[in-house]
Amino acid sequence: MNIIVCLKQVPDTTELKIDPVTGTLIRKGVPSIINPDDKNALEEALKLKDKYEDVKITVLSMGPAQAEEALREALAMGADDTILLSDRAFGGADTWATSETLAAAIRKIGNYDIIFAGRQAIDGDTAQVGPQIAERLNLPQVTYVQSFDIKDGKVTVKRALEDGYEIIEVNTPVLLTTIKELNTPRYMSVNGIFTCYGEGKYKVWGLNDIDVDVTNIGLKGSPTQVKKSFTPEQKGAGEILKGTTKEVTTLLVSKLKEKHLI
Amino acid sequence: MDFNFTKEQEMVKKMVRAFTETEVKPLAQEVDETERFPIETVEKMKKYGILGMCMPVQYGGAGADELSYAITVEELSRYCATTGVIASAHNSLACWPIYKFGTEAQKEKYLRPLATGEKLGAFGLTEPNAGTDAASQQSRAYLDGDEWVINGTKIFITNGNQADIYVIFAMTDPSKGTRGITAFIIERGMKGFTYGKIENKMGIRGSATTELIFDNLRIPKENLLGEVGKGFKIAMQTLDGGRIGIAAQALGIAQGALDETVKYIKQREQFGRPISKFQALQFDIADMVTEVEAARLLVYQAAQAKAEGKNYSKLAAIAKLFASKAAMNVTTKAVQLHGGYGYTKDYPVERMMRDAKITEIYEGTSEVQRMVIAANTLG
Repeated sequence: MNIIVCLKQVPDTTELKIDPVTGTLIRKGVPSIINPDDKNALEEALKLKDKYEDVKITVLSMGPAQAEEALREALAMGADDTILLSDRAFGGADTWATSETLAAAIRKIGNYDIIFAGRQAIDGDTAQVGPQIAERLNLPQVTYVQSFDIKDGKVTVKRALEDGYEIIEVNTPVLLTTIKELNTPRYMSVNGIFTCYGEGKYKVWGLNDIDVDVTNIGLKGSPTQVKKSFTPEQKGAGEILKGTTKEVTTLLVSKLKEKHLI
Repeated sequence: MDFNFTKEQEMVKKMVRAFTETEVKPLAQEVDETERFPIETVEKMKKYGILGMCMPVQYGGAGADELSYAITVEELSRYCATTGVIASAHNSLACWPIYKFGTEAQKEKYLRPLATGEKLGAFGLTEPNAGTDAASQQSRAYLDGDEWVINGTKIFITNGNQADIYVIFAMTDPSKGTRGITAFIIERGMKGFTYGKIENKMGIRGSATTELIFDNLRIPKENLLGEVGKGFKIAMQTLDGGRIGIAAQALGIAQGALDETVKYIKQREQFGRPISKFQALQFDIADMVTEVEAARLLVYQAAQAKAEGKNYSKLAAIAKLFASKAAMNVTTKAVQLHGGYGYTKDYPVERMMRDAKITEIYEGTSEVQRMVIAANTLG
């Protein structure tokens, strides 16, 4: 079974701080991590590898050279191969151009049974890239996967909904996007760390390595452009009312009236 | 001089830190209070290749370097010194001597399951009357046909009743003094091998510290480790490496107590402001940080020397002497800076202070470290 995992390196948004003077995000010194939902995607692939002997996991990412770190981590967790799509021509891509590039790489890798992708990245929060890849490759897709099983080439998943779930059976090849309820990602292993720099486990593909129309990728191939980004004003701290239940409720009602909310 | 970690060392630090925060820290207090050996953590350390990490890949280890190992024990010990010493004793005191002195057959039979973590290891040298004077071994071994027959008692054995494979020592020729001591490999469950008293300790209370009792224990002839009469040398060389592990454990304990104290004094208010605003306490913190950082350099230096195949006996003794003292000083100060709360079990610093003390005692007391350092200096 050949599995492709799509993974993105993102800034650890839990470590982001706001410059109190300018009110903008301080990006300097913010550590980079594997996008959390993508770690669940990788974990599900690794669980299959634990269970079956013939599983090969290729992890695919697009990003700057520093994303190598995330891919080495994926290797140290147990992936077999990693490929980083990195080229100036890919830079500045929106989800449309990103999925075009990733789909071209997946076509080149070929012969896959399952593509796992995280639901969404914590830096963009679009949840579009996974589904777009499936569309471009003409694959069935199931999003928000919270549990997964495979038997005789048939995949059965639970797809999380706001107020419940659906159980969906689907044939391979298939693309699945994963959520954190699916599993708990493992750590790197010491054995993995000391083999992840081994020869041939990490490849970088540029524009010339994949078959893609240059007008459909990168900043120029992106139909959406970021016009301006800003940090919303911070809201003040909430107020906690203290006193007996009667005092508190009276105070609460008067405050709500004051704001014309009731 | 290169003070930078390799990429692998950075990853080991990141991985063990995450592992410790999630898997080790939540158990630390309970393990201490109930004197419970954290078997589930041992299972997880096996899964992640921590247990036999320095052993070569060909024997099932991870092929990690000594500095990665020191980082690992340090990070584990930041929250749980018990977990730190389980890994340290297994790696340094059980895997290493078999790797260094074992035959190929012994490596296949005993090192491989230790290196993969399938089995846990321990080291039995200390006896009721052979502590710092390790040469006064009263355990006796003699050859009877194709078997060694061993009688005697070992005490204070880390991983004692939890291990599967043991490197132990016994006198084969009392007339020869230290040259009459021989090392053996024994297994849990062998006839004549039982466990005695389980120590009720001040610190590292989750660590299984037990007596090993050999009552006409018969083991195959081929379980001799190294050569007859070379046991004392094997023990001393093993402890040279073990000291790096204990020094790293002490460093971790000190760092853990420092972290807790910094967090505490920034939020504890007296006289209308956080007590971290008082210069007297700032100076205490400065001294604690300085001791921790100095200890770290000494520990890493000893580990690096071992990794590079240099003579590390003196460096390991220096690292252990200094880091264990730093651990004692820093944890004592940590309790002081926590005031009355520090003396309660509501905060982890009292446990850290109790845990720190053993690092000045086991795998060679601080006095022994001074003997090693002086002997290496004066010749």
